[in-house]
Amino acid sequence: MSATIIRNGRVIDPANKRDEVADLLIVDGNVAPLSQLSTLDSQPDEIDANDLIVCPGLIDIHVHLREPGFGHKETIESGARAAAAGGFTTIVCMPNTSPAADNSSTIAWIKNRAAGACVNVLPTGAISKDLAGEELAPIGSLAQAGVVAITDDGHCVQNHELMRRAVEYARMVGVPVLDHCQDYNLAGSGVVNEGYWSTLLGLPGWPAAGEEVIVMRNILLAELCDNHIHCQHVTTAGSVRLLRQARARGVKISGEVCPHHIALTDEAIQSFDTNYKMNPPLRAQADVDALLEGISDGTLSILVSDHAPHADFEKEVEFDAAPFGIIGLETELGLFLDLLLHKHAKIDIVRLIEMYTIEPARLLKIDAGTLSIGGPADMTLIGPDLEWTVKVDKFESASRNSPFDGRKLKGRAVRTIVGGKTVWRV
Amino acid sequence: MTTRWTRKDLLGLRELSADEINFVLETADAFKQVGAREIKKVPALRGKTLVNFFVEPSTRTRTSFELAAFRLSADVINISASISSLTKGETLKDTARNLEALHADILVLRHSSAGAPQFLAQRLKASVINAGDGAHEHPTQALLDLYTIREKRGKIAGLHVAIIGDILFSRVARSNIFGLVKLGARVTLVGPSTLVPREFEKLGVEVSYKIDNVLPHADVVNLLRIQHERQRKEYFPGTGEYTRFFGLTKQRAKLLKPDCLIMHPGPINRGVEIDSNVADGLQSVILDQVTNGLAVRMAVLFLCGGIAT
Amino acid sequence: MKQAKQNSPDFVPIMGAEAIRRALRRIAHEIIERNPRLEKVVLAGIPSRGIEIAQRIAAFIREIEKIDIETGVIDVAMHRDDVGTRPDLPVVRASKLPLPLEERTVIIVDDVLYTGRTIRAAMDAINSFGRPARIQLAALVDRGHRELPIRPDYVGKNLPTAGSERVWVRLEQTDSEPDEVRLEKQ
Repeated sequence: MSATIIRNGRVIDPANKRDEVADLLIVDGNVAPLSQLSTLDSQPDEIDANDLIVCPGLIDIHVHLREPGFGHKETIESGARAAAAGGFTTIVCMPNTSPAADNSSTIAWIKNRAAGACVNVLPTGAISKDLAGEELAPIGSLAQAGVVAITDDGHCVQNHELMRRAVEYARMVGVPVLDHCQDYNLAGSGVVNEGYWSTLLGLPGWPAAGEEVIVMRNILLAELCDNHIHCQHVTTAGSVRLLRQARARGVKISGEVCPHHIALTDEAIQSFDTNYKMNPPLRAQADVDALLEGISDGTLSILVSDHAPHADFEKEVEFDAAPFGIIGLETELGLFLDLLLHKHAKIDIVRLIEMYTIEPARLLKIDAGTLSIGGPADMTLIGPDLEWTVKVDKFESASRNSPFDGRKLKGRAVRTIVGGKTVWRV
Repeated sequence: MTTRWTRKDLLGLRELSADEINFVLETADAFKQVGAREIKKVPALRGKTLVNFFVEPSTRTRTSFELAAFRLSADVINISASISSLTKGETLKDTARNLEALHADILVLRHSSAGAPQFLAQRLKASVINAGDGAHEHPTQALLDLYTIREKRGKIAGLHVAIIGDILFSRVARSNIFGLVKLGARVTLVGPSTLVPREFEKLGVEVSYKIDNVLPHADVVNLLRIQHERQRKEYFPGTGEYTRFFGLTKQRAKLLKPDCLIMHPGPINRGVEIDSNVADGLQSVILDQVTNGLAVRMAVLFLCGGIAT
Repeated sequence: MKQAKQNSPDFVPIMGAEAIRRALRRIAHEIIERNPRLEKVVLAGIPSRGIEIAQRIAAFIREIEKIDIETGVIDVAMHRDDVGTRPDLPVVRASKLPLPLEERTVIIVDDVLYTGRTIRAAMDAINSFGRPARIQLAALVDRGHRELPIRPDYVGKNLPTAGSERVWVRLEQTDSEPDEVRLEKQ
């Protein structure tokens, strides 16, 4: 029997409507009632959580772990360590691997690898075969193999009929649909937001409408098929407006937001630094403001990183030629705490924890994100006011493609506990 | 007026001050005069190696840089995309570092990606001269355009310059806009609404879709080459309709003030953006632009290649 | 600040306006003596003060001989041998010489003659315009320390200096300050 007691933390557990300074007992990897203290055969290990928040382990439902196929960018193992270092106990990996996660054997391979990782790694499956947007992937088999959702992330099904059938089929097998919203014709060869900076720099622009068209499509299909569609990495004011209206009507639609889309604007691209190249691109200040409002009023309900590792040699090329994406697991919590709580005061810490715990757990119908007695002791200890400086060189991730190196942030995770075991501490 | 030049690279006109632009133009005066000498060659860059690194085809700009380098006594190597190892999958960074390992002092880069010169300038000791990057900047073309306007009209401030054509995809247009606005010209962009989005107004210029309203007031018209290639098919219906709405036809040329200059960065599509006779007419300074391009490029190579790095 | 500097012992006045006037007038006389065919003489000033000095000498010659001799400008920047060694560059001026140069005597005019490298560059520059009959050299001040086998034909003042010292020349038109030559100890 192993036991740990976390003393004097501010326990925030939105699922159980709990917010109080208390001790928390872990016995044999599960959350246990304090009453069990007296029955322990030995003294429990103690963790002092004075001035810290103790909350359910955070969940990031949008990461790229690159395996199988691109182990030089990240592995499931290194990505899991990065997640732990960012305060995450559960991460959901995207299917754009090689081979793509569009079949049950690839899912089995990923789950096998994930079993050895230091945090919970849950796979998603593809919507379409080889993410090509032409034929349905075996969604039922993928569900049986244990995917928590289907998505073609990195790609977007352009054929609305195919997408409609995918959403209908997914309802039958009970998996939610996540969608990367990008109309290929409107986005074209765009590498940055279409606007002032693309005009000034002559870089091909991808307009806000290229995202909004698909967000609208998804709203219509969610209504038509009566199944939930979750819009990944929402970036534009128009998308926020569409989602807000649709959710007010009761449509089963939701949206998530990445930290870089509220921390930065497309002004950053003037350096031609490819660490500012991501998809969807950094948008204008008006979009950032709308995203903040969307977070504040609940339109955007989930926070994610879109952790997208790339090797230095891949990113250190011409802007046009560089792959999209940045790593984010080890900076996202710090950025969101810094921006949403401290700088813009858009939400409180309880809501932020909800957006990282019960909201994603509900969407994916997974048993995580609570501190309920008897449940797995996955938890994150957060120092909400701790000041720190991002040092990319110290990251656990196998890649270094972050634009936030050197940035000073307020707030971070200080300890990550998975199944009662500390997997990372500051 | 700036009295010293301190840049090793020329990446674009957006980063230059008005003083620096004038500094280059004055230096170009001196180099233009070299062309009138019995020996049209000076030893300024003797012993220096210039690499013309063209990762996108160009004959005019490459030739102009090459001749400018010869006249400055530099040694020149030409590398184009077809023969360079870029096509074999080597990265731009590796190729450039190889060139530097061969002690290239000046790298003149033409590249299809915006920002490629910045990318190299940050990583190389050699001077990097942008000879056109994507739709971003083409600083020496804009400098020679400015030089030609200044030479023919004696000034730039207060002049009304119309830039006509495919602005959206044009690096020549962008560099001209930055330079002209800095030197106090009034700039009007003219072309199909798909190729001249209103967003350009935020750069301090006017946008017009009615060429006939602009021509009578222009002191300079700069016509850009219009192409109806695959990637442009969605932007305008065709060259016939383009000429009807935006071509500088013989009829339209009559709207111009008698002293209005007609410019074109070349190569010209005769009968498309400009009538053939108008291109060869008295108001045309298209060949002066070519001559001045040599002086301007000599000045740029001398300045950027002539400072200690 | 400037006043304080001028009065400090680090500045030694060498020539005032009157001394400069007399020196240039003497050079004019010497040029007349040594060049019987004055109409073939070109005074080529090196920017920026050499240009003003050349014009003043030409004015003296006009005063003395009632003849207008030609002046020109010879910018040496693109002929220098130290390109690539400086952190910044001054603006280059266009050279202007009456052409053709054949059968002419070009007199290079500069304010201070020092290592001789500028003069070598000037001779190269002149040669790129053509082949003059002869090239001569006039300097307001010769401070010595030659690094090349170059000797002036006309000198306003020989001024022995240390390498660490600096010769300051100010001319009314070029500098908008009163004419003066002074020695600055570094």
